[in-house]
Amino acid sequence: MTAPEVAIVGIGLHPFGRHDGVPARAMGVAAVRAALADAGVEWRDVDFAFGGSRDGGNADALVTDFGLTGLPFVNVRNGCATGGSALVAADTTIRAGAGRLGVVVGFDKHAPGAFGSDPAAYGLGSWYGETGLMVTTQFFALKIQRYLHDHGITPAALARVAARAFRNGAANPNAWRRRPLTEAEIGAAPMVADPLTRYMFCSPGEGAVALVVAPGDEARRWCERPVFLRSAAVRTRRYGSFEVFSPSLAAERADSPTVDAARAAFAAAGIGPDDVGVAQLQDTDAGAEIMHLAECGLCKDGEQEEWLARGVTDIGGALPVNTDGGCLANGEPIGASGLRQVYEVVAQLQGRAGDRQIPGDPRVGFTHVYGAPGISACTVLSR
Amino acid sequence: MELPAEPVAPGLFTWPAEEPRLIGSRCHDCGAVTFPARGSCPACTSLAVEERLLGRTGTLWSWTVQRFRPKAPYAGPDEFEPYGVGYVELPGEVRVEARLTVADPDRLRIGMPMELVVVPWGDRVTYAFAPREGDER
Repeated sequence: MTAPEVAIVGIGLHPFGRHDGVPARAMGVAAVRAALADAGVEWRDVDFAFGGSRDGGNADALVTDFGLTGLPFVNVRNGCATGGSALVAADTTIRAGAGRLGVVVGFDKHAPGAFGSDPAAYGLGSWYGETGLMVTTQFFALKIQRYLHDHGITPAALARVAARAFRNGAANPNAWRRRPLTEAEIGAAPMVADPLTRYMFCSPGEGAVALVVAPGDEARRWCERPVFLRSAAVRTRRYGSFEVFSPSLAAERADSPTVDAARAAFAAAGIGPDDVGVAQLQDTDAGAEIMHLAECGLCKDGEQEEWLARGVTDIGGALPVNTDGGCLANGEPIGASGLRQVYEVVAQLQGRAGDRQIPGDPRVGFTHVYGAPGISACTVLSR
Repeated sequence: MELPAEPVAPGLFTWPAEEPRLIGSRCHDCGAVTFPARGSCPACTSLAVEERLLGRTGTLWSWTVQRFRPKAPYAGPDEFEPYGVGYVELPGEVRVEARLTVADPDRLRIGMPMELVVVPWGDRVTYAFAPREGDER
């Protein structure tokens, strides 16, 4: 059997959270150095790089710290799909034979509090922001509110998702929120946007992740237990999908970009949702994880509450989800967030996830990000 | 009370008006309705779109309550009061996102009848949806 075309042969991460006085690019540098060390390669061996950051500066400026080797280094700026898009670009580069050893990096550092957004940057009139409609938390609340209504799910399911995220975060030394919270504490916290309380939302934060990628057939040169990137796909919204920053929605719903990206990723990998042994899903809020579980094809609409009650998505369950604590426990440094998911899947598939390691020797993992203004990136990874 | 004459943006809704209407657009080729009005159709990409005044009544499709003051460019009153936000389904047309005149979760439910109103916004006015009188539970 020939090896899959693209492998991840090194992973590096700067802890997520708040790091006063540490610039975002310093975290990016630390993550890249860690990934290079993990692969046992030097910066001079790297043929190409893709990277991005929303608020932390230019990724290609990291070369100042590594050495000016003249390699092609492309900055990627694609909202919450920045990391996923950088990985897609690296994947394509290797498949095209245009590069051999590549680095993919994402890093960020955001001001506290919910993101502010410029309407003009999204093609919207200033009135939309001035009148208080351009708030991402509102969108997630409106979407889950309707979803709970349509599928008969209770707010208790939201508290279960958040409690599991903080439980997993407590077992992850690189996570931001490491204190477990009970479902009662989560449910009784102040409401931010009904039906979501404070502990059901993630916060913008800080952190960095880097990956070293290589052709699959050479992977064992750099890594004893390579994880193969079987596919990576990015999709944007179609007419009719329910998206953030939408002054109006079509009366007939269409599939979300998550559905499209997940389908494309599974089809390209030749692997189905049933084969997935560990999944990292965008959990901007607890409701988002619930909806994305179904949108990615991993469960049926309405099945989630029972799954959560049975612990299906817990570490030790049939389909562990957000094993590193997800965005809820790690926060969301936009440039790094999607790559954190890939880092976590690689660590799990290689059996080096420490206290949060899932049992049963998983072979297939899946990652999914979603963000404004209706973009999703998914990957399928396997041993 | 006399409402200000200036809307928060031109072209969003008819104003001043006895019965204000949102100004959307409708695609001549595929019939898709959007709000605000656009120069092309987001459904079929056609450029043959025409302005359309939208219906004034509908039902609440989803809702939430905004409970913290949004960052800039939010330009609401200095003293922040939570406000309702929802999508109102205008039958046969489109679902419109809007501020709601009600911020009490006990008075909001999916499916309740709503109608368009124009409300003060600083020294201007903006659009919002209110529970339809007599229908409120």
